[in-house]
Amino acid sequence: MSVQTALILTLVIPFVAAILNMVLRNHDNMRDGMTFLASVLLFGTVVFLVSNYNNNANQAIMLLSVMPGLTISLNLEPLGLLFAMIASGLWIITHIFGVGYMRGNNEEHHTRFFTSFCVAIFATMGIAFSANMFTLFIFYELLTVSTYPLVAHKQTPEAKLGARTYMGILMGTSIGFLLVAVVWTWQVAGTLDFVQGGILDGKIAGAMVPILLALYVFGIGKAAIMPFHRWLPAAMVAPTPVSALLHAVAVVKAGVFTMLKVGIYIFGIDFLSQTGASEWLVWLASASILIASLIAMTKDNLKARLAYSTVSQLSYITLGMALATSMGALGGGMQIAMHAMGKITLFMCAGAIYVATHKTKISEMTGLGRAMPFTFIAFLIGSLSIIGIPPLGGSWSKWLLMVGAADANQKFAIAVLMISSLLNVAYMLPIVGRGFFLKAPVAAPVGAAVSPTSRFAEAPLLCVLPPVLTAIGTILLFFYAGQIEAFLLPIVSAQQ
Amino acid sequence: MLATFAPLSGFLLHLPILQVIIPLITAPIVVVIGIARIGWLLAFLASIASLVVSYLLLMQVIDGSVISYQIGGWAPPLGIEYRVDAANAFVLLILSVISTVVLPYAKTSVEKEIRAGSQTLFYTAYLLCFTGLLGVVITGDAFNVFVFLEISSLSTYVLVAMGAERDKRALTAAFDYLVMGTIGATFFVIGIGLLYMMTGTLNIVDLASRLEPLSGNRTVQAAFAFIVVGIGLKLAIYPLHLWLPNAYTYAPSAVTSFLAATATKVAIYVLLRFMFSVFAPEFSLASGALQYIILPFGVIAMFAASIVAVFQADLKRTLAYSSVAQIGYMLLGIGYFSNTGLSATMIQLFNHAVTKAALFMAVGALVYRTGTSFIPKLAGLGRQMPWTSAAIVAGGLSLIGIPTTVGFISKWVLLTGALEKDWWWMAILIVASSLIAVIYIWQVVEVLYLKEPENETVVKEAPLSMLLPIWTLIIASFYFGLDTELTLTSARAAADAFIGAVSPIAGASQ
Amino acid sequence: MAAVLNWEFIVGHANYWLGIILMMTGLYVVVSRGNLVKKIVGLNMFQTSVFMLYISMGKISGGTAPIATGNPEEVYSNPLPHVLILTAIVVGVATTALGLALIVRIREEYETIEEDNILDIENAMQRDEDREAGSMI
Repeated sequence: MSVQTALILTLVIPFVAAILNMVLRNHDNMRDGMTFLASVLLFGTVVFLVSNYNNNANQAIMLLSVMPGLTISLNLEPLGLLFAMIASGLWIITHIFGVGYMRGNNEEHHTRFFTSFCVAIFATMGIAFSANMFTLFIFYELLTVSTYPLVAHKQTPEAKLGARTYMGILMGTSIGFLLVAVVWTWQVAGTLDFVQGGILDGKIAGAMVPILLALYVFGIGKAAIMPFHRWLPAAMVAPTPVSALLHAVAVVKAGVFTMLKVGIYIFGIDFLSQTGASEWLVWLASASILIASLIAMTKDNLKARLAYSTVSQLSYITLGMALATSMGALGGGMQIAMHAMGKITLFMCAGAIYVATHKTKISEMTGLGRAMPFTFIAFLIGSLSIIGIPPLGGSWSKWLLMVGAADANQKFAIAVLMISSLLNVAYMLPIVGRGFFLKAPVAAPVGAAVSPTSRFAEAPLLCVLPPVLTAIGTILLFFYAGQIEAFLLPIVSAQQ
Repeated sequence: MLATFAPLSGFLLHLPILQVIIPLITAPIVVVIGIARIGWLLAFLASIASLVVSYLLLMQVIDGSVISYQIGGWAPPLGIEYRVDAANAFVLLILSVISTVVLPYAKTSVEKEIRAGSQTLFYTAYLLCFTGLLGVVITGDAFNVFVFLEISSLSTYVLVAMGAERDKRALTAAFDYLVMGTIGATFFVIGIGLLYMMTGTLNIVDLASRLEPLSGNRTVQAAFAFIVVGIGLKLAIYPLHLWLPNAYTYAPSAVTSFLAATATKVAIYVLLRFMFSVFAPEFSLASGALQYIILPFGVIAMFAASIVAVFQADLKRTLAYSSVAQIGYMLLGIGYFSNTGLSATMIQLFNHAVTKAALFMAVGALVYRTGTSFIPKLAGLGRQMPWTSAAIVAGGLSLIGIPTTVGFISKWVLLTGALEKDWWWMAILIVASSLIAVIYIWQVVEVLYLKEPENETVVKEAPLSMLLPIWTLIIASFYFGLDTELTLTSARAAADAFIGAVSPIAGASQ
Repeated sequence: MAAVLNWEFIVGHANYWLGIILMMTGLYVVVSRGNLVKKIVGLNMFQTSVFMLYISMGKISGGTAPIATGNPEEVYSNPLPHVLILTAIVVGVATTALGLALIVRIREEYETIEEDNILDIENAMQRDEDREAGSMI
């Protein structure tokens, strides 16, 4: 199998899976089994691509030319490979979890759900392997549209309202700002290709640089930078597997991934640091980190708290780009992987708790840790990784970001990162503490005479296994971080 | 190859007149035969023949050459000349494509919406309307434009009024349209009269050359104003659009699909023809029409009509207002007064025709099955009529301008044109207005998919004869969103035909 | 260019003045009358003013009817505007006929041809629809 074939396959597999999902709509087991197979195949293909990646060979493929100079093309580069690897790897796990969740919870419209899921993965793969901003934009929009049915899945008024916010903000920012930014870039640079070192150097100057950057930053609504973060908590009305994959991994990561791509390949780190165009973004990202953490502390709904935590953690990546140093960019890239693994663990734990007990509020989870030890231990590991404590993956990305901030001589940013870690401790650990150390209320509000601790046990295996696996993953990531860093290094090497 | 075969080369020589005469002659034949099914077949065949003719014409002129055809052998400027260049060949092709796609759909739709006795008359009026539109586009004679305009308008009034069997408001809609349309046409004819008074000619090419030294003349300016306002009424430029929403809402579905895709497009073409070919471009610019009338009203239309569209309870009316807004985009392209701007207008002409025809046909399919296009009554149809609903979503995405749809291409070119002139505020206005489209499309999507149906009656999917035309256009709207080779080349060629390959102003800005 | 508004100018352009008066009268009737038939009458006047404009434009003072006599010295009026207006009259007649036919149909459906009454009926229909929409959303 040639690299090109594999590259095409990464798009073909989820696409075919989506179609087969519709074809097999009356055979639940066959449909879900087929999707599982597809996810494994996809992961295998991406692994193949990663192992055969050659930094020097040009492996771009042009799919079709829309206008002269404006093509839909795919290409391989380390950041995209990393992103694709995370997304496809976690697809397997989320799919297992999703099947467990949807069946355990008696949700309806399974086919629509899993079909949209496949399309979303298709779009994610497209984003990961886009060779130019135009292609990326197309898949970016496709991702928005394909995840809409997932967010609105429950069809309740809240779900509809949440989905409306979701659609409104993502569509609004991407058409309102990102499209203008893309056309503008095309107008001045004459190309939209992702090129090492950027394409804008010398094409645009003065106050126009920060304005264009702002159009990009706010246009990439999926990165959830404040004040365009509202969609993320709103989208939490979706079933948990959706929140897990799409809002911890695919959608938000697509956002920050795009952000990094723009910073590294459109503007170029050097160009940004020379012009100082991203100075303001350091401040905005810092504010976003701190404010979102503070809001997270006030949330009693577990998923809402996780959502705000995501807003805060995503801004780390934006911050990494805004620092305009190679270490910062590297730390940002690393954070994509680390946060994905940590956050998906947390979301799946939240889902497992919901399936087992139908509880969504943190205040109701008192003493639950004893009934669901595996879930809560996984949750603990996930939290620690988000906080950034060794030996968990999250510590590396924070380390790199701090080095990057030091390189950029932004002492302020270092302080923000440290305060944020403390805030993480403050809003994450109490959940675990409450679960393990506080006694469950004796009179269960459910009305039964049996005490809840003995009544509730772990969620079904399909719901518990995935978070445990990803929790182990966060530990593994700590030890393989060096390899990831080495793999990512080419994206910034030109700048050194 | 073709030209070597003698009878065929003769045929090729007479293509311009065939374009108009085929549907024109078919129309009375349909009345005489008087059987609806045969009437439909004839209309369809005529439409296919027109498609072939217009395709052959476009292929002959796409390189920038011009075909001049003298009616009855009378040489212009005395005789009437049919004149085909890249610009109108492109519009002719759009017209005949839309007609050919809409007619199969019309058969099913008309059987349901119009009573048996009137069906042949429907096809007659349809053919006449089609003839009129083709004639307006192909003719090179200013007065002939008026005549064909009236042929198409009169038959349009009839077609709109035929919606009365579903809703009696179609009659008043047609009447309003008649009054406004007649005023518009009369204004237009006054303008032409004034031009004739000054130049003594009616031939468009001749007019252009004789008007050149007269650009400061008061009479010519008055003529210009009369013509722009007159066409503006037909075109539904924003404050003159009042006839459009009702006419589109209450006309039979097939008529709405056809008109939405063609009538306003032809008016745009006439406007362009007069602004850029008859009056020298510099004249249009000097008289401030582009900057102070076309451009601002385009922008107002984009916003005002879109916002009004959000608050409509009838899906057809929502789409009708959206048409007014989309016309705003076309005006915007004209207002740029650059090659890119005109290309944007021409490509939007095509793209919007495809998208809107598909959308109106899909709504017509909903009407066919449920008897209403009233948004609250469409709840839950997403599951019962999956293909029709999916078509509405796909068409809606194109209206919003999601990438891979034609709507995106239009917007892209339009944005490029704006940024080319450093009008970044205009770029923001364009995208902001397309965001309003998100709202009115999405509320329909929510009703279709996320609401449970009110009652338990089972609604069947629309018949295949409707789905095929709808999906042909939907697929076209995606195909031309990905491969712009044909459309963009044609649009550029058309823009060049109007403004000249190197216009001084477009050149200066680069 | 600057036309002086003197007696000669006014009289010399009498045909235009008449055309303008007729046109404005017609337009005013269309706008101001609620009776649909009167609207059509107004529309007719409006169109007629244009016919006058065209025909007077073709007239050459001292010219005769445009009949070929073989005399090159013969001055005759321009026949083309007449021909054009013949077409326009046909169009006008068709418009009038269609308008009147529509009025007949409107009368059948609404049982009135007064615009105000028709609007009342239509507004009532609209209100019903809106109420229905409101109750269902």
